[in-house]
Amino acid sequence: MNPIDTTEAAARADTFEAAREYRPPVLDCDSVSIFYDDFLAVHDVNFGCGDNEITALIGPSGCGKSTVLRSFNRMNDLIEGARVEGTISYHGEDIYHSDVDAIEVRRRIGMVFQKPNPFPKSIYDNIAYGPRVNGFKVDSMDDLVEEALTKAALWDEVKDKLKQSAFGLSGGQQQRLCIARTIAVRPEVILMDEPCSALDPIATLRIEDLMHELRSDYTIVIVTHNMQQAARVADKTAFFTAEAHEVTGDRTGVLVEFGDTAQIFESPVDKRTEDYISGRFG
Amino acid sequence: MRTVQGTIERTIRGRAKGGETSASSIAFLVVLWLSIVFALVFLAVLIVTTIIDGWNRLDSRLFTEYPASNPEDAGARPAILGSLWVIGTTAFMTIPLGVAAAIHLEEFADRNNWFNRFIEVNVQNLAAIPAVIYGMLTLAALGLFGVTNKNMVWVGALALSMLILPVVIIATRESLRAVPEEIRQGSLAVGATPLQTVLRNTLPGAVPGIATGSILALSRALGEAAPLLLLGGLVFLSFDPNGLMSGYTTMPIQIFNWTGRPQEGFHELAAAASVLLLVMLLAMNALAIAIRNRYQQRW
Repeated sequence: MNPIDTTEAAARADTFEAAREYRPPVLDCDSVSIFYDDFLAVHDVNFGCGDNEITALIGPSGCGKSTVLRSFNRMNDLIEGARVEGTISYHGEDIYHSDVDAIEVRRRIGMVFQKPNPFPKSIYDNIAYGPRVNGFKVDSMDDLVEEALTKAALWDEVKDKLKQSAFGLSGGQQQRLCIARTIAVRPEVILMDEPCSALDPIATLRIEDLMHELRSDYTIVIVTHNMQQAARVADKTAFFTAEAHEVTGDRTGVLVEFGDTAQIFESPVDKRTEDYISGRFG
Repeated sequence: MRTVQGTIERTIRGRAKGGETSASSIAFLVVLWLSIVFALVFLAVLIVTTIIDGWNRLDSRLFTEYPASNPEDAGARPAILGSLWVIGTTAFMTIPLGVAAAIHLEEFADRNNWFNRFIEVNVQNLAAIPAVIYGMLTLAALGLFGVTNKNMVWVGALALSMLILPVVIIATRESLRAVPEEIRQGSLAVGATPLQTVLRNTLPGAVPGIATGSILALSRALGEAAPLLLLGGLVFLSFDPNGLMSGYTTMPIQIFNWTGRPQEGFHELAAAASVLLLVMLLAMNALAIAIRNRYQQRW
């Protein structure tokens, strides 16, 4: 029986930990600036969202956090005059490259919106919509619907009323339905734009629990106004703020600080982050 | 008597906006009420006198007999069938075209492009043009193509289609616009193309509004006589219209025809046919309202 060399084991564990720590970012922003026509909305943003991590974007209103989020799955394309400079890459591939199909980007990078927006269809058809429009060849749509609803922690509540309109669900259930709808097209990343701002505290808690569960399968990026929420759910936090231009007075969003959530909330490096976290402004 | 007076007084006071009780505001309110009463009384008198005039001829012969020189033997059968043929054809020609145009303008066209804005303004303007102009336009177009026999179902339907096309476009655009932007975004966010989004999500959500608008537009076309008069719709038919190339006359034209005759019997017939037309129009409008109330989407 060999005695275990504890120091060696510890060293191995360290490297193992280190290897686990380093994961190449799934989504990476490199000097990203976003314009609406001539208006510079966000300037020079650099950060990455890692695999199976929850990244929270926080900051005061008008700091461009939603703009950044919506540029991750090219939803900004729908706004006239919106334009991205710099590189946003997904697994190292520039998603704004001219060869890239925005539809394909949106399938792989799903999005949940601020206000629950179920389609005016049955619960079942809401989930099946994504797989259908994407032409998924599935053996059983029923199984896919059940799987998506189960993952979104909604199955038990709706399994007996799949044919009923999604509008009959409560706000929190509708939001989980929207998450299930996103999951059904098997994305790798889920973007959430203030997903709980229209929900009551209990529904919010359920969504947060759900995010923790989804974390093992997806990369999640969440925009939130609620700092406690960021502290509760996020692994990494990016703090944005808006700075007025000296001459024109246009307010442009900038990334102030990005790091582990604990570090951002407990020992922020930048004075502006500290002021915001401690509630001195915002 | 006193209580009645009290009730009236309370009603007036209660209804005046913001509980205003000055003499001038109450006088204004009374004037508004009288305006409504005048309009309703006028309508009621019109309907009641028409029903009384046509009562004796509101029987099955109206539906089964053909026009004749003797009012006792005459009926509106070809006109009723002609109206159905023309309106049916109009619906087939207008609704797909109008819905497609509206989808393009609302969902795909670039709003900053001057040409699209020009089209938009003109669709609005076209909806306000007198019906007879469309008859003249159709007449001129037929002349260009050398069509001499104008009394055909499809020609009448063509003129009525142009008449109601702007109305259908506007109604469709309104109901597409009523579908919230979040629904489109939700659809695009799961990887649907813009066309899939329109066909599978936005358009189905707008169908109740489109149906309502289209039925109201068709009921307007049903009551229209002027463009068809120009296109030779005023004919004496002794057969049933039976196809797109068939000769036709419609109910408003038949009524117009009978009203112009000297014999009293024809006037009775005209009144009876008017009541029938009125019932058809009310039925269509009721259907439109029923569809709206039943399927209206509350977002």
